[in-house]
Amino acid sequence: MKVGVVTFPGSLDDADARRAVRLGGNEAVALWHGDHDLKGVDAVLLPGGFSYGDYLRCGAIARFAPVMTEVIDAARGGMPVLGICNGFQILCESHLLPGALIRNDHRKFGCLDQTLVIENNRTAWTSSYEVGQEVTIVLKNGEGSFVADEKTLDLLEAEGRVVARYVGNPNGSQRGIAGISNEAGNVVGLMPHPEHAIEDLCGPGTDGLGFFTSLGSLAV
Amino acid sequence: MTDPDREQPWADLGLKADEYAQIREILGRRPTSSELAMYSVMWSEHCSYKSTKVHLKQFSEIPQETPVGKMLAGIGENAGVLDVGQGYAVTFKVESHNHPSFVEPYQGAATGVGGIVRDILAMGARPVAVMDPLRFGPLDAPDTARVLPGIVAGVGGYGNCLGLPNIGGEAVFDATYLGNPLVNALCIGVLRHEDLHLAKASGVGNLVILYGARTGGDGIGGVSVLASETFDADGPAKRPSVQVGDPFMEKLLIECTLEIFAAGLVAGIQDLGGAGLSCATSELASAGDGGMHVELDRVPLRDSTLAPEEILMSESQERMMAVVEPADVDAFMAICAKWDVEAVVVGEVTDGDRLLIDWHGERVVDVPPRSVAHDGPTYHRPYARPSWQDALQADGAEALPRPATGAELRETVLKLVASPNLCDKSWITDQYDRYVQGNTVLAQPADSGMIRIDEETNLGVSVSTDCNGRFAKLDPYSGAQLALAESYRNVATGGARPLAISDCLNFGSPEDPDVMWQFAEACRGLKDACLELGIPVTGGNVSLYNQTGETAILPTPVVAVLGVIEDVTKRTPTGFQSAGEVVFLLGETREELSGSEWANVVHGHLGGKPPVVDLGAEKALAELLVEGVGLLTSAHDVSDGGLAQTLVESALARDIGVIVTVSGDPFVALFSESAGRVVVTVDHSDAERLQELAAKHGVPAAALGVTGSDAIDVDGQFALPITEARAAWAATLPSILGG
Repeated sequence: MKVGVVTFPGSLDDADARRAVRLGGNEAVALWHGDHDLKGVDAVLLPGGFSYGDYLRCGAIARFAPVMTEVIDAARGGMPVLGICNGFQILCESHLLPGALIRNDHRKFGCLDQTLVIENNRTAWTSSYEVGQEVTIVLKNGEGSFVADEKTLDLLEAEGRVVARYVGNPNGSQRGIAGISNEAGNVVGLMPHPEHAIEDLCGPGTDGLGFFTSLGSLAV
Repeated sequence: MTDPDREQPWADLGLKADEYAQIREILGRRPTSSELAMYSVMWSEHCSYKSTKVHLKQFSEIPQETPVGKMLAGIGENAGVLDVGQGYAVTFKVESHNHPSFVEPYQGAATGVGGIVRDILAMGARPVAVMDPLRFGPLDAPDTARVLPGIVAGVGGYGNCLGLPNIGGEAVFDATYLGNPLVNALCIGVLRHEDLHLAKASGVGNLVILYGARTGGDGIGGVSVLASETFDADGPAKRPSVQVGDPFMEKLLIECTLEIFAAGLVAGIQDLGGAGLSCATSELASAGDGGMHVELDRVPLRDSTLAPEEILMSESQERMMAVVEPADVDAFMAICAKWDVEAVVVGEVTDGDRLLIDWHGERVVDVPPRSVAHDGPTYHRPYARPSWQDALQADGAEALPRPATGAELRETVLKLVASPNLCDKSWITDQYDRYVQGNTVLAQPADSGMIRIDEETNLGVSVSTDCNGRFAKLDPYSGAQLALAESYRNVATGGARPLAISDCLNFGSPEDPDVMWQFAEACRGLKDACLELGIPVTGGNVSLYNQTGETAILPTPVVAVLGVIEDVTKRTPTGFQSAGEVVFLLGETREELSGSEWANVVHGHLGGKPPVVDLGAEKALAELLVEGVGLLTSAHDVSDGGLAQTLVESALARDIGVIVTVSGDPFVALFSESAGRVVVTVDHSDAERLQELAAKHGVPAAALGVTGSDAIDVDGQFALPITEARAAWAATLPSILGG
C-alpha cells in the first residue's frame, strides 16, 4: 500500500514515520501541507511534531492546512488515517475524532518508554495485534492528556473505540486512554509514538511495528 | 549623533577608555553612534576573546588532523568540521549561555540551544542531536528551585520543538554556581564533504540576504552587558538583554536552509547570534575578498521604532545571513517562500575594503570590517598562582575519617547514590525528546550519546561532555586534563574511536589574576593532553565573569569529545546486560580521595590534589575498548563516586545485580576516583580473551566478580538490594523539585 505522510511546518517525526511505513512493508509517500493533493495514496499518516509551533491550541492551525481538505474527505470516505501525537491533536481539531488533548497533569514535557494495552484490533492500524496485548512504545509530549465529556467517554467505551490504554496513567488522560478510533474504525488517533519502537537499535524494541504492518494485512 | 561635542556613551556600552580611544584612532574621527554600537558588541569579551586569545592560540599549534583524517574546517569557523569516513563529515561545538539563563532561565536556556544549532547549520550541516552540560547551585537552595526547572524546560522546550534528540549532558550541583548557573549547549551536525559552507562574503556584486525572523528589541547588548561583566547583586534589572526564542521559526529556518544548500544557492553564510547584525556583516565582510554595502532600513523589523544602532546590536533569534549570486536570488527567495520564511536583500558585496551601512540614505557606518571583527583589543591580563593554592593542595581528603565496617560502607554507598551529583537525573532528561529522528543508539544515562548517521552502513558518531570543577579547582592544569580524559574515555566506552574535542571554558572574572591563572593552566593542560592523545581542538567557547561578587565559580572547562564508530549495531552498552557474566575492572586504582564525591558529600571537603593523569594509560584503555567491541557485553566508566557508583549504576540499568570481591582496603577500592578505569563484562567463556586483550594493550585487568542476583554484593562487606539502591537513587530530584 501507498501511505502518505504529511509534513506540516513544524512536523518533526515525519521522516521517522516514513521509515516506519517502509519497515512495515509499505511504500511511504511524502505529502506537503500546502498541496491539495494526496498523490493517489491508500492511507494517510499525520506525524508528530509541533505544527505551526503549536503556540495556539495544538493542531488548531494545522487542521486548516490545504491538504487537510483532502485528508478529511478521504477519511470520511473510509481511507485509513492514523494521527500520532500532534497528528492525534490535529484529528481532534478536525472533528474526525472526539475529545481533546490537554496539558499533562504533571505540567511537564515527558519522554518515556510507556506500556499500553491494545484494546481494539479491528482498526486498519491495529489488526496485527491481539486484544489485550501489551506493547511498549515511546510516549513524548507536553499536551497528551486525553479529555472528553462523560457521555463521549461512555460512547467510546461502549462502541469499543478505545484502541489502546496506558498501563499506569502517565499524564492524567481520562480513563487512561492512549488512543481512539472513529465510529467506522478507519481513523485512529494515538498519543504515543509507535514509529519510535520499530528497531531494537534505536528505541525500546519493536513493539510499534504492528501499527505499520496492520495495513498490509488489510490489503490482503 | 547630532551634537559632536557630546560625550559618547562608550562606558555604558561596556567599552573601556583605551578601547574607545583605539576606535577613534582606527577611524581617524569620532565614531557614529552606530559604529560605536558595533565596536562595543564586537569588542566585548564574549565576541572578541580579548582576555583569552593569547592563551587560546596555543590550540592552533596542535596538528589539525584526527586519528582518521584531516580536519575540513578548524578553529575560527562557526564550528570545526571532521572527516568521519564514507564521504561524511561531522561538525560539533559547545557554547555557553550562562548569564542569560540566570536572568531568565527558560528563555536563556532555550536561546542557548537555538544559537548553537544555528552555528552548526551555518557550516552546511544538518543538526542531528544536542546535549546540555548544566551546573546549578545546591539542589536545596531556594534559587535553584527557580533556576533549574526553568532552564530544563527551556532546553527541552526549544530542542524538542526542533526535532533534535537530546542525547546526554550533565547536571552538577555546587555552591559556587548558586548565583551563576552554567548552561552549556552542544550540537552535532552531519554533512557530506562537498556540502561544507564557510562564512565569507566574496564575489563582487553578490547579494546579501537576511532571512528568518524579524529584528526586534530583544537581546540588545546581550554580549557586552550580560556575558562580559560580573553580576552585581543589587544592580539594575537586565531582563531586556535576554533574547526570546521561537523554536518553530528555527525549525523552518533549518529546513529552509538545508534546501537552499542542497540547491547550491549560497556563496557564503553566517548565522546571527551574539552581536547580531554587527557580527554577521563584519565577519562575512572581513573573511571575504571585498567590502560590503548594507542598507539597514531594509531589515524587516518587529518594532518600527528601533534606531539603527539598536538594529545593529539586536540579538533577535532565528536569523541567518547569506551571500548569494544575483542569478540565484529568485530561486533562493522561492525556497524561503515555500517555508514561509521572510527574506530580504539588504546589501551587496562591493569591490572596496570597507563595510558601509546606510540608514534611509544616510551613511551611519564606514569602517574596515576586520577592525570590527578581528582586530579587537588583545589583553595580556596579569595572572599568578593564587596565594591559597598551596594551602588548598596541602589539605588532602586522604586524612579524613573513613567508614570502617561493612555496615558503614553500605551506608556510605547509599548516601552517595542519593547525593545530588550522583542521583538519577531522569527528572531532567525525561523532559527531553531523546528518540526523535529515530537514530539514537545511546542516550542518557549511558556514558556517551551515540547517533547513527547512515542507515545503510550503520556508521555512527558518539559524543560525551565532562568536567569535574572540583578537580579543576585543586589543580586547573590536571583538572582540565581529567575532564578531557573522562570525556575521551566515555566515548571509547561505547566502542567509538575518539577523534577531536570542543571545549566550553567557564571561568570567573579575567580581571582577577587567580582566575586568569586557572584559565591559563586549563588551556595549557588541554593543549598538552591533545598533543599526547593525538586529537585536535576543533573550536569552542569561553565564558568569563562567572562569579557573584568576589566568589568565582569552580573553574569549569567542559570538554566535549567526539568519536566515530563504523557499525553502531556493535556498540557496547552501558550497564549489566545479563546474569552470569564476568566483571572486570580495567585500569589502576590508587588511594585518590581528594576532590572526590565522598569527600564532598560526607565531609563537605574540598582540598588536596586531584587524581593522577596518565594519558598514556587512557590511550591504551581506549584502544582496548575500541578493539573490544563485540567481545565486551557492557562497559561503564568509573569516575564520580568511584567503583561503588559504577557498580550501582551498572546494576540499575536492567536490575541485574553483581557479586564482587575487592582487593586491598575496601573503602579505597570502592570510593577512590582514580582516572583511567572502566568496569566491563564479558561472557564467561571470553574471560581469557579479555585478559589477553588487556595484556596486549598493557591495561591492568582485575576480575571483580560475576553479574546476577538482586543485590550489589561486596563479598565480606555488605549486600545492598537493587530495590533499596534504586529507591535512594531515584528519590532525590523528585523529592526536592516535585513529581
